[in-house]
Amino acid sequence: MLHTQPPTFQERIKSLSQPDNDHREGSKVDDGVGGGNRRDVSHVDITQEIGFLGFYCGQWVLVQFGAFIVLCGATHLINLWTFGMHSRTVAVVMTTAKVLTAAVSCATALMLVHIIPDLLSVKTRELFLKNKAAELDREMGLIRTQEETGRHVRMLTHEIRSTLDRHTILKTTLVELGRTLALEECALWMPTRTGLELQLSYTLRQQNPVGYTVPIQLPVINQVFSNSARQWHVHELELVEVVADQVAVALSHAAILEESMRARDLLMEQNVALDHARREAETAVRARNDFLAVMNHEMRTPMHAVIALSSLLQETELTPEQRLMVETILRSSNLLATLINDVLDLSRLEDGSLQLDLGSFDLHAVFREVLNLIKPIASVKKLPVTLNLAPDLPEYAIGDEKRLMQTILNVIGNAVKFSKEGSISITAFVAKSESLRDSRAPDFFPVPSDNHFYLRVQVKDAGQGINPPDIPKLFTKFAHTQTLATKNSRGSGLGLAICKRFVNLMEGHIWIESEGLGKGCMAIFIVKLGIPENTSESKNPFLPKANHGQTTFPGLKVLVLDDNGVSRMVTKELLVHLGCDVTTASSRDECLHVVSQDHKELEMFHIDLAQSKHFYLSK
Amino acid sequence: MDSVVQLQRQLVDYAGQLFNEGFLDEQFNQLQQLQDESNPDFVVELVTLFFEDSEKLLNELAKDLEQQSIDYRKIDAHVHQLKGSSSSIGVQRVQKVCIAFRNYCEERNIEGCQKCLQQVKNEYSLVKTKLETLFKLEQQVLAAGGSIPWPM
Repeated sequence: MLHTQPPTFQERIKSLSQPDNDHREGSKVDDGVGGGNRRDVSHVDITQEIGFLGFYCGQWVLVQFGAFIVLCGATHLINLWTFGMHSRTVAVVMTTAKVLTAAVSCATALMLVHIIPDLLSVKTRELFLKNKAAELDREMGLIRTQEETGRHVRMLTHEIRSTLDRHTILKTTLVELGRTLALEECALWMPTRTGLELQLSYTLRQQNPVGYTVPIQLPVINQVFSNSARQWHVHELELVEVVADQVAVALSHAAILEESMRARDLLMEQNVALDHARREAETAVRARNDFLAVMNHEMRTPMHAVIALSSLLQETELTPEQRLMVETILRSSNLLATLINDVLDLSRLEDGSLQLDLGSFDLHAVFREVLNLIKPIASVKKLPVTLNLAPDLPEYAIGDEKRLMQTILNVIGNAVKFSKEGSISITAFVAKSESLRDSRAPDFFPVPSDNHFYLRVQVKDAGQGINPPDIPKLFTKFAHTQTLATKNSRGSGLGLAICKRFVNLMEGHIWIESEGLGKGCMAIFIVKLGIPENTSESKNPFLPKANHGQTTFPGLKVLVLDDNGVSRMVTKELLVHLGCDVTTASSRDECLHVVSQDHKELEMFHIDLAQSKHFYLSK
Repeated sequence: MDSVVQLQRQLVDYAGQLFNEGFLDEQFNQLQQLQDESNPDFVVELVTLFFEDSEKLLNELAKDLEQQSIDYRKIDAHVHQLKGSSSSIGVQRVQKVCIAFRNYCEERNIEGCQKCLQQVKNEYSLVKTKLETLFKLEQQVLAAGGSIPWPM
């Protein structure tokens, strides 16, 4: 604005006609610039001066000066005529001219006396304004540069932040900085991991910076900005600082992004790997199940064949050695068969595909059968076996009969197997809440309910006993304690593990107590069984169940004629139980009355009547 | 819980006693089979009916035997009735006496008849008392929340 046309006279006058402002400013400026002003005044152009004068005081001074000039000229002109002989008129005119001139010059002089301080002050003001204008020009220049710088910074920031790629960020920074500050070379030093040194990492012109490092505390670094060839302006330094901050932020963002991208890639890889592993596992399980299903049949068939034929062979005529051999074969193949069954059962138990076959069964009968099975073996070893069933043990229960029997048999079998002497006692009773909870089974929470009961079976023997620390191992697959393995390796190793799983399936708990080697042991298990709804499930040889639905003579209409009330009632009830539709009559007449109603066909049964033994019905 | 078991045991023992002493026979057991949820008081009703009938019959018999001219056919009919009832219920001893009574009737043996009548009356009152006790025990067991464990 100030650099366009020099201010017109009108503008200057306008500005000068506000005396208060100018006066104040003028007085401020006077102190510093006064001396210079005075010097400058002497170099002022006279025409400009006149011009100032003329326009400041208006026409009056101009007129006066005009008049003076005119009169002075006139006087000197008239003086020319006085060179020779001149008349009196000329002398008078001359004198008048001179007087006028003198008057005008006095008036002018008086005028000037008034004007000149003002003129001088105008001048000072003008000069002050000039300086001010120059200063403003300078400041304008500064602001402009600053604005330019700001624009550069914004552009730089925009460039830097527009990308999340580390290299691009730094390259852009260097390029833009170089352009903005007109740099020959720009280098980026970054602190190393230890934070004690600065490492040269990027440069503008040089492509591959060698790894110069410089300790961070070196005083040279601080001096760089003071003693360099180029004079750094404050705004330039500020620009560099701002840029540096922005770059730092951008770099950290870039680092975070890199990190998260890496994590995401890792997760995806892991997912793929896990999926693959899962599919492999599923394939393996399926393959194993298929294998088991096939082997189940394939293995058992030859096994049974061997056992059956060996038993048959045993029945034939054999020499003692042959007999011994056959017995060994039979024993081993029985063991093998048991093992195969156990393995197949256990693998089905393992994947939880085994389910109990629930049904109603005779509980007492189960125990009796187990006893029958075990008695021969026990008597061979001369071990008396006693069975105690509690009187309140329900006769019938709902559960998996086969597997319960398997469990009981296994437990009792173990007792017999590992006893050389002493007696074996089996107790079975309904477990009440105190005997249900066991300190050894802290996570066994039996919940008594109305249609279930807990059966507790205890098998005590006076055999080898077990070392208490070995007890937990008993229930793990294929685990043999030292003593068991060396002495009596007829155990399959799986039996108790399977029992435990069956018992668990029956929502129960099994454990073994023993005081030590040689002190016998007691195996205890508790299982949950259901109580059958209809308690009178006992087979009745006399009558079929009181079930009016299924009958032998459905809907047969019967007329009972008997004069004895008691007998009549009994017979009626009997026939009702057989499903007949019974009417009663107590005399012949009543009978006829009933019969005449609606019967078409009549079968007659003899009922003992006192009056007439043979009763005849016509119709 | 224990009192029920105790009562049940009492009941079982008492019933066993009755069977052992011949007061009741298998027929009584089979009557119990006829009793179920649709007919829970069958046995009691039946036995009550038996008591009523029997008392009537016994009174009739007593009256008849005091007549000047005894109508043996009528007596025989009554005894026959009583025999039928008692065999339907299963009160063995009463039935047995009735059989003997009928024999005396056919023989027209008045002393035998009177003796039998007396016997019948005795046996009847005995078995009546026993049955009433049995039913009372059953009631106690049912009241305590247990069930009657037939057959016994």
